[in-house]
Amino acid sequence: MSSSTDWPLWEVFVRSRRGLSHTHAGSLHAPDAEMALRNARDLYTRRSEGVSIWVVPSTAITASSPDEKDSFFEPAGDKPYRHPTFYEIPDGVKHL
Amino acid sequence: MAAVTAHQTTQKTLGTANAAGGPGSTGAADATNAAVADHLAAFDAAVAADERIEPRDWMPDAYRATLIRQMAQHAHSEIIGMQPEANWITRAPSLRRKAILMAKVQDEAGHGLYLYSAAETLGTSREELLDKLHAGRQRYSSIFNYPTLTWADVGAIGWLVDGAAITNQVPLCRCSYGPYARAMVRICKEESFHQRQGYELLLALSRGTEAQHAMAQDAVNRWWWPSLMMFGPPDDASSHSEQSMAWKIKRHSNDELRRRFVDICVPQAEALGLELPDPDIRWNEELGSHDFGAIDWSEFQEVLKGNGPCNEQRITQRRRAHEEGAWVRDAAAAYAAKHAPAQTSPQTPTPTPAPAPAPASASAQTSASAQHVEETA
Ligand SMILES: [Fe+2]
Ligand SMILES: [Fe+2]
Repeated sequence: MSSSTDWPLWEVFVRSRRGLSHTHAGSLHAPDAEMALRNARDLYTRRSEGVSIWVVPSTAITASSPDEKDSFFEPAGDKPYRHPTFYEIPDGVKHL
Repeated sequence: MAAVTAHQTTQKTLGTANAAGGPGSTGAADATNAAVADHLAAFDAAVAADERIEPRDWMPDAYRATLIRQMAQHAHSEIIGMQPEANWITRAPSLRRKAILMAKVQDEAGHGLYLYSAAETLGTSREELLDKLHAGRQRYSSIFNYPTLTWADVGAIGWLVDGAAITNQVPLCRCSYGPYARAMVRICKEESFHQRQGYELLLALSRGTEAQHAMAQDAVNRWWWPSLMMFGPPDDASSHSEQSMAWKIKRHSNDELRRRFVDICVPQAEALGLELPDPDIRWNEELGSHDFGAIDWSEFQEVLKGNGPCNEQRITQRRRAHEEGAWVRDAAAAYAAKHAPAQTSPQTPTPTPAPAPAPASASAQTSASAQHVEETA
């Protein structure tokens, strides 16, 4: 067994059509960025699911921790006035 | 997917829990137990509310081990399943059929890769899973230990084997583990072409010459019972089922899915002009479903034990393919190493980032998570 099979993991993001943002499709192993792109094409766009692909080394992603979920996202929790439904507008007022 | 950090979180959590207990050993143990109880409650609540468990969430070790075992077996089945059909690619009767069969076999490779990468979010690695497959320590579906004797077998596999797989897999799209469920959504979309091409192939044979019709019937005769066995042992003999249902990894019992499959196949066989090799199939008015004959589970057990017609051949070919592909992997790695320094300098100001690869990362991640991978046997 060759040690070279320990290729890094890449996260794959696919733009399904122009006008939409790239969306996470999955991950794959590849020795370098170029091969990661080719593998991503073969793996995630066999049926024309994409017009553009990003590949990102998984190690380059920093994620928020699910354990900190409450405190991390808490600042948005008590600010209902950021939503349009917070405001009372008299009946009959239009375009608002 | 954040496979890299999934494991780090688990360790950090345990570390925090231990530290919270201070120097007193009982205090530390209590704090750890309390932390685990909190986590378990959160996990159970998420499963009960039909939310998805994601890679970095806390999960019971047994849940993780069960998922790894099931997803690995599933991934192995996809890639071993390429063999019986690939057997016919060079002998496909037309260019159209050949292109279709190649696309199908390529899809199965893709399914394997989706599932291996989904399994990796649990802290195992593809390489480790492949090693276990090659060492005979993890299984693949027994259905692929039967030979493809004629061209009609390609049709019977598409119709019955992919059909049974779809019946099994559609509920898995709602599996409690997010990455597995998402992989299954993708797979199920692709499977419907597999089933339809098989059905169309059988239909062409069934409506062809007498010899072609007989060939189609023979293939259905051989694949029918093994396809029913794909749903696993009967409910009263299935060891993993109950816990998997409680965890919502599994949504329906083996017998329930098997019956659903029979109901789907009976009218499809009629439309094909072929018979299912079971004289006991009849409509049960009361159940609104078909009754069918008893399955020979001793055959299933024999194949499972390794005594099927092709067990040895399949695993030998898999090992050989892996070994003979080593030079390709080596060449790609050598190329990547040679060109790596050049990539660190920013070359293109395009919106697409061109990051330098991080070659050492995967191995660190794998070894760190080895503890999660032990089988519960
Ligand atoms: Fe598949
Ligand atoms: Fe398939």
